Amino acid sequence: MITIEHLCKSYGKTRALGGVSLTIPSGGVTAIVGPNGSGKTTLIKSILGLVKPDSGVITIAGKSINNSDDYRAGIGYMPQIARFPDNLDAVSAIELVKSLRGYPADCDERLIDALKLRPHFGKPLRALSGGTRQKVSAVIAFMFRPAVVILDEPTAGLDPLSSSRLKDHIIEMKASGAAILLTSHIMSEIEELADSIAYLLDGSIIFHEPVASIIGKSGERTLERAIARRIENGKELL
Amino acid sequence: MNALWKVARFTATDIFRSKWLPVYTVFFFLIAEGLFRFSGDSGQALVSLTNITILLIPAASIIYGALYFYGAREFIELLLAQPVGRKPLFTGLFSGIAGALGGGFLIGTGLPCLLHGTADDRITILAILSIGVMLTLIFVALALLVAVRSDEKVRGVGICLGLWLAFAILYDGLIWLVLALFADYPLERAAIVMTTLNPIDLGRVGIMLRLDIAALMGYTGAVFEQFFGSRVGFTLTSGAMLAWIVAPFMLALRSFSRKDF
Repeated sequence: MITIEHLCKSYGKTRALGGVSLTIPSGGVTAIVGPNGSGKTTLIKSILGLVKPDSGVITIAGKSINNSDDYRAGIGYMPQIARFPDNLDAVSAIELVKSLRGYPADCDERLIDALKLRPHFGKPLRALSGGTRQKVSAVIAFMFRPAVVILDEPTAGLDPLSSSRLKDHIIEMKASGAAILLTSHIMSEIEELADSIAYLLDGSIIFHEPVASIIGKSGERTLERAIARRIENGKELL
Repeated sequence: MNALWKVARFTATDIFRSKWLPVYTVFFFLIAEGLFRFSGDSGQALVSLTNITILLIPAASIIYGALYFYGAREFIELLLAQPVGRKPLFTGLFSGIAGALGGGFLIGTGLPCLLHGTADDRITILAILSIGVMLTLIFVALALLVAVRSDEKVRGVGICLGLWLAFAILYDGLIWLVLALFADYPLERAAIVMTTLNPIDLGRVGIMLRLDIAALMGYTGAVFEQFFGSRVGFTLTSGAMLAWIVAPFMLALRSFSRKDF
């Protein structure tokens, strides 16, 4: 479980996060939704230690992550953009991450075959499509059976079959007890995968509710329309 | 093997795989080989090699170092999301880039020197190779300092080019201007101080004094020889070169450790 308390971050005069508090439970998928520039990426990167918050506390499984690197052994991260050094091939990228994690014994390599990545293993990553590079990121994120999975727009650029298989894997990870944090602009995907949605606007969480509750309250049939209705009504956003 | 060496080995291997590094190595090989073959005198060849080395290595190191960092930025983020500290990761990155470039220079220049250099040239060749490696370390450290602090690639590469231009060309112009404006005053000591403030000048003087051509530089050359040739001078200049490696590296490491990615 991830617990975030009063997280603040500003870049110069621009406030990215203004006291965000959020709990991401194990065995569930929490989606972070919000317009561009609302603070989603800053929130994710704060959990990963890529961004240094100005104040606030983040704990994972009860332990504060401050000034620590080891906690990331329990995190799998799939970034929004999969870019690698020009001459790198998929095997070398995966091997490097494996070696940095001390070659764990029980690596889960099923996604390599599920996403049909093996035929591309020897090719330089620069020669592969954005979608194929994204698959390499997915394999790295899930390979070490992490207790926490952070996915930033995971299916953007993937073909329908790969996207479907990745979603199956996410559901499987959730069932195994992982805490999954997801950002996506595809509402149907969030509706399919997420248990709850945290709506972020200008660095603050406007609401954090179960998906069923958001749809139920709105009277709409889909999550996309339910959220659109809620934004149009706008009380919470003003 | 710890994270630092894993990242260093990975970075060096990645650079060795690129087409750029073989071109860099072969370029130095052809230049050195050509100079030895066509100049007739190995001493003359080494003077020309010195001039090429101290101009080209800083340019190549600072531009390539910055471009590599910008190109690998997203991958660095992915590595930082692993259980790895920022300091070993950055140090590994620096060691890998500098190691690959330094290795390319040593192989490209060292082979012709081994083949054609005479016994009398040994010290000079050693000076050229070691100063070439030190300039590589200095300018890769400067490249990473700029790239870590500036997120915009075009701006960062522009600053790197400007730094090279300043150290390689403009700084000498400034020294000459000062010497010309204050020609009536004894400026030898000032010239020595100004020289130590520029790593390229330090490298140039270090090699030139080994070539025994300081006498050609007149009275100033004699003062330089007296100072830089002495044990104190050698220690101070070695210390200044070391400081030129350590200071930008430490500043870059500090910025990298605090950076928001």
